[in-house]
Amino acid sequence: MTNKPYSNTRATLAIAKASFRSILRSPSAVVFSLAFPLIFIIVFANIGGSAVTVDVGVDKKCDTLNPVFGILKNVKVINLIKDQSAGDMAKNLSKGKIDAIIDIQKNNGRPPYSLHIQYTKASEQKDGILRSLLNSIFYQLNSQGNKTPQPVADIQETTIKGRQYKYIDFLLPGMLGFSLLSSGVFGTAFVFLSLRLTLVIKRFFATPVKKYSIVLGEALARLVFSWIGALFIILVGHFIFGFTLIHGVTTVINMLILSAIGLIVFMGFGFIISGVAKNESAVPPLSNIITLPQFLLSGTFFATTAFPSWLQWLSNVLPLTYLNTAMRNVAFEGAGLGDVTHQLLILGIWFFVVYAVAVKTFRWE
Amino acid sequence: MAKQPIITVKNLVKNYGDFTAVKDVSFEVYEGEIFGLLGPNGAGKTTTLEIIETLRDKTSGEIMVDGFSIDKDTDSIKKRIGVQLQAAGYYPNLNLSELIVLFSGLYGINKTPMEMLEKVALTEKAKAKYKDLSGGQKQRFSIATTLINDPRIIFLDEPTTGLDPQARRNLWDLIREIRDNGTTVVITTHYMDEAEVLCDRVAFIDAGHIIGIDTPDNFIDKLVATGFDRKKQVKSANLEDVFINMTGKEWREE
Repeated sequence: MTNKPYSNTRATLAIAKASFRSILRSPSAVVFSLAFPLIFIIVFANIGGSAVTVDVGVDKKCDTLNPVFGILKNVKVINLIKDQSAGDMAKNLSKGKIDAIIDIQKNNGRPPYSLHIQYTKASEQKDGILRSLLNSIFYQLNSQGNKTPQPVADIQETTIKGRQYKYIDFLLPGMLGFSLLSSGVFGTAFVFLSLRLTLVIKRFFATPVKKYSIVLGEALARLVFSWIGALFIILVGHFIFGFTLIHGVTTVINMLILSAIGLIVFMGFGFIISGVAKNESAVPPLSNIITLPQFLLSGTFFATTAFPSWLQWLSNVLPLTYLNTAMRNVAFEGAGLGDVTHQLLILGIWFFVVYAVAVKTFRWE
Repeated sequence: MAKQPIITVKNLVKNYGDFTAVKDVSFEVYEGEIFGLLGPNGAGKTTTLEIIETLRDKTSGEIMVDGFSIDKDTDSIKKRIGVQLQAAGYYPNLNLSELIVLFSGLYGINKTPMEMLEKVALTEKAKAKYKDLSGGQKQRFSIATTLINDPRIIFLDEPTTGLDPQARRNLWDLIREIRDNGTTVVITTHYMDEAEVLCDRVAFIDAGHIIGIDTPDNFIDKLVATGFDRKKQVKSANLEDVFINMTGKEWREE
């Protein structure tokens, strides 16, 4: 019986398998990770509110009386700014405080109007949204104009893909982030606390299993479960609500990798809570302290640009903000993981901070 | 019978801050016996057991388990022992079969759930959850998990507490069977009648000290030799015998 070398991998996988079975049978895990995000998606996607806003500066020289400007004025996503001096506007554009500057001019020739637009590197994501929006607006505008022989207006900006930024494209990554956050924080905190209180971990320690096998096995189970949940949400979003996946399978894989990174960071919070909480009833309030602010402030439902600047500052500290941004860039902009290194770096910093605290607070007994 | 010590405890001390839970305890457990640790609550029984089981650090002293030192070879010891904890739970949401599979993985041993459940007569409960078992079934399942790694020694901490007389007798039979198959059993209990019929030898612990080790028979004979006499006339049966006689020996599944 003792001749065979003991396999830590086998022990880890045994825990992962047990934990996975247990998660599947626990109603709260399934509700939080699958049902909630899906319900939110169904409700909000159908309300179809535009929560993303793009701030667009209006050039002083711009002709504001023409029909093109009139249409832009009525697009809820576009927030037109007219009360800034040309100098301020240029400065703000370079800082990314405004996302673009437009200048619509009446032409003497054809088409009757031209829209000159200046984008900024500082706000590439928003500009992607704006580009798509303008493109779809102009497409509609010009097809109406087909009754008259000539197009009504054109954009002086070259080749952009006719991609429409739908609310689902904003909402779904946020829901995915929320699902990962609640599974990582609540799930991890509850599991480790209850395993400790019911002496399951103590009983494990009477076997040759290593501590890291227990942590790794639990993490593995949660990761697989979250991946299945994420895949389910992405597929439902894509096929039912038209969620944009620029590079198809590659995009999905990138999103799953981001999910794993996010989950690992969020699990760190769960470890901290499981160590700090005295009993199971202390877990929900503590978890809510971690999840609620991020749920509200990290751009899950609304773009953070709608907040006052002091609140934006807070948003820009929270890890979920960066996971959400990275997800959106990957899904809608077609960014690869190499294009979201800034977000990954901030998540990396969070990883070290959270696990440094977790190592101090985590308790086995 | 050559008595070969399988556990040797020498001068074991355990402090919790200022409080000394175990004070200079020494004893030996012989291979193949049922050894009882007896004593009131808080006497240090569980602490002593948990130190031998490698679950708790000692303050000082020396312990050898099946030839391995507790200081150096905890992994070898863990592979050779089976541990049943007082009031331990099992992984939530899993049925008995799945729990056995989990423990087989933790021990790195290939055992089928049915083979283990058969040893404790729980095969019909293979798909049941631990929390849905009766008290006696829970204890028998706990014992099944201690047997997965074919241990040399198993430790049972108050396995019969809270069980009805039938379930208790049923568990005694199981424990004797395990001993007869060559596994040494270390058990704690508050029931002296249980220790008397079940244990080959017992040690009394009080306030962290061992105050006597011997066979139950010798202890009783020695006490009688001092002239001790029970106040009440000893009858050839007691109330528990009446209970068993009236309700039947058959153990009930709740």
